[in-house]
Amino acid sequence: MIKFLFKGIIRDKSRSILPIVVISLGVSLTIVLSGFLSGAMTDMVDQNARFETGHVKVMSRAYAENKEQLPNDLALLGVDSLISYLRSNYPDLQWVERIRFGGLLDAPDADGESKGQGPAAGIAINLLDASSGEVERMNIERAIVSGALPDYANEALIGDEFAKKLKLNIGDEVTYFGTTMNGSMTFQNFTISGTIRFGIAAMDKGAILLDISAARQMLDMQNGAGEILGFFHNGVYNDKAALAMENSFNNQLKSNPDEYAPQMFTLRSQNNLGDLLDYANSMSAIFVLIFVGAMSVVLWNTGLIGGLRRYQEFGIRLALGESKGKIYRSLVMEATLIGMIGSLIGTGIGLVGAFYLQNYGINIAGMVDNSSMMMPTVMRAKVTPNLYYIGFIPGVFAMVFGNMLSGIGIYKRETASLFNELEV
Amino acid sequence: MENIISLSHVTKKFEVGDGYFTALNDVSLTFKSGEFAGFVGPSGSGKTTLLNIIGSLDSPTDGKAIVMGKDIAKLSHKASANLRNLHIGFIFQVFNLLPVYTVFENVEFALLLQDVPKETRKKEVMEALEWVGLEKMAHKRPDKLSGGEGQRVAIARAMVKKPKILLADEPTANLDSANAHAILKTMKNLNKELGTTFLFSTHDEKVMTYLDRTVSLKDGKVVSDVWDNQSIQS
Repeated sequence: MIKFLFKGIIRDKSRSILPIVVISLGVSLTIVLSGFLSGAMTDMVDQNARFETGHVKVMSRAYAENKEQLPNDLALLGVDSLISYLRSNYPDLQWVERIRFGGLLDAPDADGESKGQGPAAGIAINLLDASSGEVERMNIERAIVSGALPDYANEALIGDEFAKKLKLNIGDEVTYFGTTMNGSMTFQNFTISGTIRFGIAAMDKGAILLDISAARQMLDMQNGAGEILGFFHNGVYNDKAALAMENSFNNQLKSNPDEYAPQMFTLRSQNNLGDLLDYANSMSAIFVLIFVGAMSVVLWNTGLIGGLRRYQEFGIRLALGESKGKIYRSLVMEATLIGMIGSLIGTGIGLVGAFYLQNYGINIAGMVDNSSMMMPTVMRAKVTPNLYYIGFIPGVFAMVFGNMLSGIGIYKRETASLFNELEV
Repeated sequence: MENIISLSHVTKKFEVGDGYFTALNDVSLTFKSGEFAGFVGPSGSGKTTLLNIIGSLDSPTDGKAIVMGKDIAKLSHKASANLRNLHIGFIFQVFNLLPVYTVFENVEFALLLQDVPKETRKKEVMEALEWVGLEKMAHKRPDKLSGGEGQRVAIARAMVKKPKILLADEPTANLDSANAHAILKTMKNLNKELGTTFLFSTHDEKVMTYLDRTVSLKDGKVVSDVWDNQSIQS
């Protein structure tokens, strides 16, 4: 019987084309949108993790409370022993120290007069220590627009837009003006070794990247760091493990009243990233629900129109002795076949679209030009295993559900009028 | 010979507005296996209602209709569908073939409903097409057939399951004289060969000349029941 129904679907194009088109469209849209949303959210979270939050972050309690102000006067000291402790107790993560600081960058001309100045957002990382993995983690080599990585502690990388604004070239000197962790004024000259573009508007416009040893000396933070970041070795954030680690670490220091005592934070608990992760998950579910709802209504109506068109056929089948239940079941079977064909086509198209967006992305640089949010300027989709079924199952379900609703009409058919109906 | 159909004081009323329209009024008839009979009468005389009841598509308001030993009024929807599936064939005025399927598949459909195995189906479908002389048209679609050929496919579809009863409502109404005679001869042959009971509803005098028994209806009542093609009594 299935073979017989399949022949009918293939030969009667009007029975199958419209539903297949509707399902393919819905399934492919669901896949592309889900993939894009998942990619965009993952990129944002990943971007935040790599540049700001880590998978977990350790700060002093006082620093954490005011971290938006980059309060290096509240930074952690005795970092070497704390890092050793973290490495031995939480070996699943790679631990690195960072210092974030703000100040003014001055570019002098040939006469030593200021030719340009601008506020700088500084990040000090282990630039010169390859084993820290920081250069790879922040993708610095790929982000270099001109010049090269610093070879010495007195060299710095600077945002490409920032360099253009200050009319700086590779090899030029700049002077940093700021305050040490003790509040006294500090000046330091650096040579520009390269310019960088991360594709993050907030950083490209005013970033300066230094080796942490230079920053420690400049900010008078020997053996200190504003933050210690932990990254899982596989590079993937594991919320459950991070949370367990956070609880274990913080519980040990629970009774310590010192406001400079270290405190651990998971990625989820920083920068509202938890809400973002939840939002991404719920949006995917909402997409699927909207898709199933809308497609079911469309396919219900398609089924009703199809049912009217096949009124005579159902009449003949009733007269030949097929029960209403059997006709209804055959309709559901047909819907399943059509739903599977449409969903397969839609999944194929959707995956091609998602792969395309994963490789090429959508450039939103113009939209985030003035944004201070840590978000990529090219939004990309992410093809994950769930995309292979996220549209397929709802596609089949919507088709079957829509046809089940429309097929109920079969049960209202009066067999007593069959002769009259079939002889028109 | 045993009665295959037994109608006893069958009355069928339909609600019309506040009142009733009586389509059949106290009809009592019996048909034996292998009869070649027909209901004649003007429009509204109750011919189609009678076929509906015998075909278990409808049930009487009063009286008893026993078909193949089953009381039609007491059959569930599923049981009446099963009765039609196994024992009753239908031929309509318009041929009502399924347009997306070939001649072979249209005939095969009746056997698919009975879950007949594939090899047996193939053999029986070809046999049925031979009865109506269309074995060479097996793979054509209905839209490629003439009117006469279409009705012969409908006969093959109705007969392939070798039903005990075949109900034909105005089967020659859409055919020219030559095709009508060819169809009627085919049906008459099948009636003799297979012993199927044929019941017609017709206005067509050509059909009447082939009938062994003619039941004349008027206003829902039997006005005559004539055997061996004698003239109809009023």
